[in-house]
Amino acid sequence: MDFNDTPEEAAFRAEVRTFLDSVATRKSDPQDSWDKNVKSETEAVEIAKKWQRTLHDNGWACLHWPKEYGGRAASQIERVIWDQEESQYLVPKGFFMIGLGMAGPTIMTYGNDEQKKKYLPSLASSEKIWCQLFSEPVAGSDLAGIRTKSEKDGDDWIINGQKIWTSGAHYSDWGILVTRSDPTVAKHKGLTYFVVDMKSPGVEVRPIKQITGGSGFNEVFFTDVRIPDNQRLGAVGDGWNVALTTLMNERVAVGERKGGDVLELIELAKNVNINGKPAIEDGAVRNKLAKWYCEFSGLKFTRFRSISAMSRGEVPGAENSIGKLVGAAKSQDMAEFAMMLMDRAGMINDKEIAPFAGMFQQTFMQSPSGRIAGGTDEVLRNVVAERVLGLPQEPRADKGMPYNEIPTGTMK
Amino acid sequence: MNFEFSDNQKLLKDQANKFLADKCPLTEVRKILESDEPYHKELWNEVVNMGWTAAVIPEEYDGLGLGYLELCMIAEEVGSSLAPIPFSSSVYLATEALLLSGTIEQKEHYLPKLAAGELIGTLADAEGYGSISPEGFAVTFKDGKLNGEKMPVIDGDIADFAVVAANGDKGTSLYLVDLSDASISKEVLSTLDPTRSQARLTFSDTPAQLLGKDGAGAADLEKVFDNAAVLFAFEQIGAAEAALDAAKDYAMNRYAFGRSIASFQALKHKMADMFVALELARSNCYYGAWALSTGDAELPIAAATARVSATKAMYQCAKENIQIHGGMGFTWEFDCHFFYRRSKLLADNLGSQALWEEKLISRVVASTAA
Repeated sequence: MDFNDTPEEAAFRAEVRTFLDSVATRKSDPQDSWDKNVKSETEAVEIAKKWQRTLHDNGWACLHWPKEYGGRAASQIERVIWDQEESQYLVPKGFFMIGLGMAGPTIMTYGNDEQKKKYLPSLASSEKIWCQLFSEPVAGSDLAGIRTKSEKDGDDWIINGQKIWTSGAHYSDWGILVTRSDPTVAKHKGLTYFVVDMKSPGVEVRPIKQITGGSGFNEVFFTDVRIPDNQRLGAVGDGWNVALTTLMNERVAVGERKGGDVLELIELAKNVNINGKPAIEDGAVRNKLAKWYCEFSGLKFTRFRSISAMSRGEVPGAENSIGKLVGAAKSQDMAEFAMMLMDRAGMINDKEIAPFAGMFQQTFMQSPSGRIAGGTDEVLRNVVAERVLGLPQEPRADKGMPYNEIPTGTMK
Repeated sequence: MNFEFSDNQKLLKDQANKFLADKCPLTEVRKILESDEPYHKELWNEVVNMGWTAAVIPEEYDGLGLGYLELCMIAEEVGSSLAPIPFSSSVYLATEALLLSGTIEQKEHYLPKLAAGELIGTLADAEGYGSISPEGFAVTFKDGKLNGEKMPVIDGDIADFAVVAANGDKGTSLYLVDLSDASISKEVLSTLDPTRSQARLTFSDTPAQLLGKDGAGAADLEKVFDNAAVLFAFEQIGAAEAALDAAKDYAMNRYAFGRSIASFQALKHKMADMFVALELARSNCYYGAWALSTGDAELPIAAATARVSATKAMYQCAKENIQIHGGMGFTWEFDCHFFYRRSKLLADNLGSQALWEEKLISRVVASTAA
C-alpha cells in the first residue's frame, strides 16, 4: 500500500509536466486563477480556444479518444494524472468538457462515417464548442419525461420546445439534443437524438439569473427550428439509448471540491472569538470540526481508492458514488457554520473585509446548486441504493404508459 | 497510486471470512450471550491455531512476523463475525503494549506465549464511570506493589495478565501484572454485551513489574491506543457492513403494501446513508492501516480519524438495522441486538467517541500550527 506512481505513471507525469512547462505558466499560489484578469466572457472563450488549439497542435487535446480520431487513447489514470498536473498551471478549463467528454464519444458510437468526419476534427481542434440540451423545466431527474417535440418534415425535422440548465449555450456552436419524436409510445421509446447548430434560426438563448446573482447557465428555446435528418444520431425512437451513452461518458470525478474545506474552517475558528476566547477552544466547535474532518479525510481517501482502481486498469468501485452526496452537503453546512462563527458580521460578504475574501459567504449561496446539479441528493441516494446495494426500484406510476397519457402537474 | 490491500492480503481476509463463517455463525455468538461462559473457548483455540494471535509478533518471538495490513484484514473479519473471544484485548492491547514498551526479557517471556495462545492478556486503565485522565490514576504503585481498583477491565476475569496503568513514583506508568496472583480480587460485572466479559479487579499489595519507562505511562498508553484504534476501527467497519447486509436481506424479503419494503425510498435512503457512513469510515481505515503499517508520522491523526468515523458508522448501521427490522428487530430472537450491543462495546472500550474527537482535533490543530 502506497501513494506512489507506477514507473509508467511517473514517466507519463514527467512527460505531461515537460509539455505544460513549455507552453503554460505554473501557478505560484494554488489559489491563483487563469481568469483573474479576464474582462469578459468573450475574451475567456478566445483564451480557451487558443489553449485548446495549443493542446491540439501538440497532440494533447483529447487524451482519451482513440488514436484514429486524433486522441492518445489515454487510460483513465493518465487522464487523472493530466488533470492533476494541468490544475497546477494557469490555463482555462471546462469549455470543451461537453464536446470532448460527452458529444465526441457519443458521435463515435452512434455517428455514421460522414457525421464522424463532419464533427470530430473540428471538436478536437477547438474550432467548435458544444453544449448539452437534455434537461427541461418539466424533466430533470426524470429525464425521459422531456417534451421538446421533433416532427419529420421532408428531409428535415422541426423542433419546438424548451431546454434548461444549459451551460455555455450562448457561446456554443453545436449542441447535443434529445427530443420527443413520438408521444404515443412509452416515454423511453419515443425519443430521438440530434446534433443541432446553435446558430440555427429559431434557437433563442436566455441566461438564467441564479440565487447568487450570477448566470452560469441558460434556458434555450426552440421555435420551428429545422434540423436536417443527417444530423440525427442513432435511429428514430432510439434517443434514450444514445442519451445514456452520453451520460455514461460523464467524467468519473476524482477532483477535489472547491470553496473552503475543514482546514480553512479551522483557520477561521482560530481567528474569531466565542465568549472572549478563540472559537477553536470551544467544545461544541471542536465536535463539529471533528465530524467534518472525518468526512474531508474520508472523501480524500475514497478518491485515492478510486484512483488506485484506475491505476490497476479497473473501473472505480461503488465507493466512488458517494463523493458529491457527502461533499455538497458538507460544503453547505460548513459555510453556514463558518458564518455563524463570524456572528453578526457573518452576513457581510464584502471581499475586502470578510475572512478568506468572503469565500464562505459565497459558498453559502452557491452550495444549494451542488446538492441539485448532476443528480440531486435524493437521486444519488436512489443510485446508491439501487446500483450499489441492489435494492429494487420504486414502482413507477407511468410504467409502460403512452407518454401522452402520463399525468402532469401544474408546476414547472 | 496503490492505496489498496494486496491480492495476498485480500486472500487472507477471504480465508478468515470463510473460517469464521464456518466456526462462528451468529448461533455461536448467541450461545455465549445466553450462557454464563465468558468467551467461546473452542473458537479461541481455533483462532490461535490459525496463527492470528501470532500475526504481528516477530518471528524471533515465535510469531508469524506478518505486517499490520494483514492484521487489519483479520480484524475486519473478527469484527464482522462478532466473535465472542478476547482477541482485541490480547492482540491489539496487551501484545501491542509489549511490542511498543517491553524489554527484551519481557518480550521473551510474554510474546511467545501470547502468540501460542498460552496467555491471554488485557489492558486495565478505566477507573469507574467517566473518562480516564492519563495523568491521574487512583491505582498506585509503590515498592513493587499495586494497590487500588480498576473497573471495568475487559476480559479481566479470563485474562492471565494485564497491562495496568497506575500512578507510580514518577507519575503515570504501565505495569505488568499476573492476574493469577492471590492478592487480586475479581468480580465479574453485568454488561450490555455479555459476549465479551468485563470485570472489576482490586489490587491489594499485588506484585507488578514496570513496563516501559518509569513515568512515561501516559505517552506509552497513547501509542498503544493509536495502534489499537486502527485495529478496533477495522473490527467496527466489519461489523457495520454485516449489520447493513442483515438490514438489506431482511428488507428485500419482507413485504408490506404488496411490495418489498426495500423498494420504499424511506428505507432505500436510510440504507444508502448507512453505506455512505461505512465507505467514509472504510477509506479512513485504509488511511489508518497505511499509517500503522508504515509507522508514518501521520499515524496519530490517521488513527483518530479512522476510529471516530468507524465508531459512527457502526452505531449508525447497528441502530438502523434494528429500525429496518421493525418490531422484529426489538426481539431477543432476532440477532439485530448483537450488533447494537457490540457497537457500544467497541465504541467505548478504547475511550469514547468524544475523547477521540477531542484527540483528533487537538492533533489536527497542532499539525496546522506547524
